[in-house]
Parts: sequence; C-alpha cells; structure tokens
Amino acid sequence: MAMPVHATTGQRVWHVAFRIICFLGFLFLVGPIVAIIPIAFSAGSHLNYPLPGLSLRWFEEIFIPYPWMLALKNSLVVASVTTVLATALGTLAAYGLNSAEFRLKPLVVGLLLSPMMVPLVITALAVYFFFARIGLIGTFTGLILAHTVLAVPFVVITVSATLQGFDRNMVRAAASLGARPLTAFFGVTLPLIMPGVVSGAIFAFVTSFDEIVVALFIASPAQFTLPRQLFSGLRDHLDPSIVAIATLLIVVSVLLMAVVEGLRARSERIRGG
Amino acid sequence: MTVLVERHAPANDIALKSKLAKADRRRKLQALGLIAPLFLFLVVIFAVPIGSVLYFSINNPEVGTIMPRVTAALESWDGDTLPGEPAFAALAEDLKASYAAKTLPRAALRLNYEISGFRSLVMKSARKAKRFEPPYKDALIAVNEKWADITYWRYLKAAGSRFTAHYLLAAVDLDLQWDGSVKPAPEERRIYIDNLARTFWIAFVVTVCCILIGYPIAYLIATAPARWTKLLIVLVLLPFWTSLLVRTAAWVILLQKEGVVNDALLWIGLIDEPMQLIFNRIGVYIAMVHILLPFMILPLYSVMKGIPREHMKAAASLGAKPATAFIGIYLPQTVPGLAAGCMLVFVIALGFYITPALIGGGSDQMLAYLIAQFATGTANWGMAGALAMLLLLCIAVLYPVYNRFAGSGGIRLG
Repeated sequence: MAMPVHATTGQRVWHVAFRIICFLGFLFLVGPIVAIIPIAFSAGSHLNYPLPGLSLRWFEEIFIPYPWMLALKNSLVVASVTTVLATALGTLAAYGLNSAEFRLKPLVVGLLLSPMMVPLVITALAVYFFFARIGLIGTFTGLILAHTVLAVPFVVITVSATLQGFDRNMVRAAASLGARPLTAFFGVTLPLIMPGVVSGAIFAFVTSFDEIVVALFIASPAQFTLPRQLFSGLRDHLDPSIVAIATLLIVVSVLLMAVVEGLRARSERIRGG
Repeated sequence: MTVLVERHAPANDIALKSKLAKADRRRKLQALGLIAPLFLFLVVIFAVPIGSVLYFSINNPEVGTIMPRVTAALESWDGDTLPGEPAFAALAEDLKASYAAKTLPRAALRLNYEISGFRSLVMKSARKAKRFEPPYKDALIAVNEKWADITYWRYLKAAGSRFTAHYLLAAVDLDLQWDGSVKPAPEERRIYIDNLARTFWIAFVVTVCCILIGYPIAYLIATAPARWTKLLIVLVLLPFWTSLLVRTAAWVILLQKEGVVNDALLWIGLIDEPMQLIFNRIGVYIAMVHILLPFMILPLYSVMKGIPREHMKAAASLGAKPATAFIGIYLPQTVPGLAAGCMLVFVIALGFYITPALIGGGSDQMLAYLIAQFATGTANWGMAGALAMLLLLCIAVLYPVYNRFAGSGGIRLG
C-alpha cells in the first residue's frame, strides 16, 4: 500500500482518507473490548471515564461463592466434559470421513456440520422440547449433551483440515511393519494430527464456555454458567462487577486464541517448510 | 515358463481385484464404524428434536384429550345449527371432570387462541358444572348465553382435531377458520409478518454496514506489508474470539446515556447533549455490525490475498483511472468472497436473539426473540414451533445460494 512517487494529489488524498477509514474500522472492532477493561479496575461504581481511582474491589466482589464462583465452576465442568465428548466423537468421525469415499458422504457431512448452520435459537428450542419429554431440563447432562451438539462440527472441521495435509503412507508404513490399526492410529496418526485435535478441542471448549442461548432455555439456577449469570447481571444490576467478569472472559478468549493461532502457525510452517 | 505366466495372469488378476475390492469394502466399513457414533449422537440429540419442532407446530392434543366426550359428540355435527342436548351433556360432563382433574386450563387456553374470551367462558362455566342438572343445554346457556352462539361450538369442534395448521398459518398472519378456510388475521393481531419483515430488514442493514466497513479493512490487510498482516489479522480475530455475550455486554455499558460513547461524542463536539443509543434500533445495529464484521472480513480477505497486484498495475498502465480499474478489475474478482461474507452475515443475523434482547427496545426484537418468548415465556409451544419452522425455512432457502458461492469449506474458523 505504499504510494508511488508519481501519485496525483487526488490519489494522495484518497490514500490518506482510506487509511483513516481503516483506522476507524479497526478502532470499531477492537475499541469496545479494550475500552471496558479499565472500568473493571475502577474504585467507583460508575461505568464511564474518568475513573475516580483504581482498585480491585470489583474483582473481590466477584470472587464470592455465589453466584459467580458457582457459575465459573459450572462453566468449567460443562465445558470440560463437552470438550472431551465433542473431541472424541468429532475426531473419530473426521478420521472416518477422510479415510474412505462412499455414496452418501455429502449427506453425512451435511448432518455432521448442520448444528453450525441452524440458528442457535432453533437448536435450543428443539433441545428444549426434546429434553422436556425425557426429563433433562435443568440437568447438567442435558446442558452437556446440547453443548456437545453445538461444539462437534468445529472439531470435525479442524481435524478434517489437518487430515488433508496428512500423508496416509505413514499409516501404511506402520501397517507394513506389523502395527495393528489401533496401534497405528494412536502411535502414528494421532501424534501427527494432534495440532488439529487440540485446536478442535479448544473450539469445542470455547463454544460451550461462551454459550448462552441453550443455557437460557434449559438451565435452571443450579446449572447457571458464567454467560447465563452474566445475562441475568446485565438485566438486573449493571455495575463494574459485570465488567470484571467480562474482563476475565476476555482474558480466557485471548489466551485460547493465542494457543490456536500458535498451533496453526506451527502446522503451516511444517507443511510449508 | 512364459506361457505358464500368461495363462495364469487373468486368474491372478481376478484374485487381486477381488482382494482389492474386499480391502476397499473393509476400509469403507471401518470408516462408517468411526463415523457412526457421532452420526447416531446427532440424529438422536439434534436431527430428531429438530423434526419434533415441526411436529409441535401442528400438534393439537389439548382439547381432544382433555375434553374427549364433547369432541366425540361433535365429530358428526355439521356445524349448521346449534348442536343438540347430547353435545351439551357431553360438554357439561367434560367440564366437570377436567375441572376436578385440574387439566381444564390447558384446554381453555388452547380455545382462547381461537376466540379471545373463550377461556373465561369455559372456566366460569366449569366452576358451576358440579351443580348442573338436565337439560344441560338450558343449564349451560343460563350460565352464559354465549353457549347459544354457534360460533363457539364451531371452534370447539375445530379445536378438537388431533393436528392443526392453526399455528403455521398464524405465523404468517393467517387465521384458520372453523370450516377449514383461511382468512387474513384481524388487523390488531397481524404482528408476525411485520416481525419477519423487520428481521430481514435488520439483517439487510447489518449486512450492508458490514460490507462498507469490512471491505476496506479486508483490502488493507490483503495489501499490507507482510510484517503487518499478522497483527492486523489478530485485531480482527480478537473480537471474533471474544464471547458474543461479552461483546454485547461491552456495548450495553458503552452505549449508556452517561456511557463512554456519548462522552466521547460530546468531547469531540459532534453532539451537544447525550444521545439515546441503547434500547433502540441504533444500538442494535451498532452491536450487531460489530459482532458480525469478522464474518465479512475473513472470507473477503481470503479471496483478496489471492488476487495478484499486477492486475491493477496493468489496468493503470493501460490508462484506466484507479476508480475504473477498481470497478472493472478488482471488484469482480472479489465477488466470491463478498458473496460468501454477505450470506454468512445475513444468515447469522437472521437468527440473532441475545443482542437485540439486551440492547434493543420492544420494537427492535427479531423473530428469534418471539420464538424464545413463546417457548419459555407464554408456553405456547405450537406458536414457538411454527415460528421456528418459518425461520428455518428462510435459512434453508438461502443456504443453497451461500453454498454456490462459498462451498462447504467457506466458513473459516479464524
């Protein structure tokens, strides 16, 4: 985007204007997320600047057993179990999808990815109707099963993407050396596709950890997750403790994003190099 | 020796072929075995429940099961004249039994969807049903003379059918009449088409805003020096990874009357007094564009980075003005990314629920909000199911268009 020396005045003006537009665009993207963080460290209870002083009082306020730490515990439990389930089911299915061609494959892929395409509110409604009949409303089992449905397409996609760069001759080599299929999978395939599996697992974790719509439909207060509790907080009492929770969630997102981006960069380097 | 080999070759060939076919079959079975657990899981916890939403949108068990006697008595009634004493007797018996069993309110609520006021008619009559004596026709009409009005009987009969198109038609502002004909709903109840139109309009405005902001940003990232690319992409991915609820919460806080945005606008001097930015449409647009912008930028960027820069230079060297070169050369090449981004943003926007619910006012709510209200608020599962079917239909129509442009791998995950 460097300007050539022969640029006309009009081009220069446009060039500067374009830069300003882009700057405002990026400000719009990142600004709101960055702008709220300092409010979590405010000494006062207002939600704007200038801050009357700095303190950690709002963080102290959220480190209480009820409701926030219960919600955090619920979120971690639900997201962890969801991650294990979705990663196991998704990795196996992705491996199966990439190891053979069969006639109904597009249809099967369509079903496996469809939870990602159907609007959340419809999935939540469907699960709500279904769970109401079999008594899973207001249970951790119900919440985990529903979150696994939502998380599993991300695992299938990320693991499939890694498998496309995976050399199947490795498995043949292992087999020719006498490895059983299971041994070959755990000894050769899995370590090689691990970056994809870990990325998928993180996507699954984030999907569950951030999920709110299904939680609104089927969670009762005993299963309230962080987003669900945050939703109530936003409606009932708006104070910097909400921002403190949001800040914690942002930190978690940034950390997980860093891991996934790091893994991607690594696998690209390996593949490209 | 050679003769021998030649003679045996076809047989070997066939043996090899069948061996290969066997191995291929085994591999296929193995693959299916690996897919099966997830496939079955999704069929049970996802596909069947989605199907049952359709079932609930036509399911109509209330009156038939709670008031079985009168439903049976009206089965052969032609609806031309007021039904006779047996039907009244059956009704009196049903009212008495279901009132005692405390199941009547559900049936009364269902009848109220047909004619407003039907619920109180039924409930009031039921309270006195214990003391009814034959002839029941006179007894019921004495309680409320609406029972002499044939309209109530007609809808009582209609509501007794096992399945109904009532909800599906109501979702598009149509009223199913007792005789099966369809009329537009009365003016004051025509809210669903309005809501659908509003849902599409909001999704459309958000998509256009995403193009206007996203296109320059994607272009900047695609043409920036390599050492900047990484950082700029991270700036797009950061909001993408941040929880939707956190981003909505951020806007709830920033858009307050004494919030940061108003303070900033006052400070710059763009406005003289704080603007109302929350609980109205402006706030919904701002927050939704912010949330959906990465879905526009990422597909655009992945197309733009593949466009050689020489194209624009060649156009310029042939005398094209920058604007001409852009419209004639660059823009057409970005159409696949643009289409993918637009469809993605539009389709996701159609299903938005949380953000309008927290940032919008009463007149900014979208279809998903109505669905949630009917499901968990008023417990009208038929209406929730019908509106969900409507939303699903809209999206099912749009997806093939999306797939044409983007392919199934079009959704980049950051």
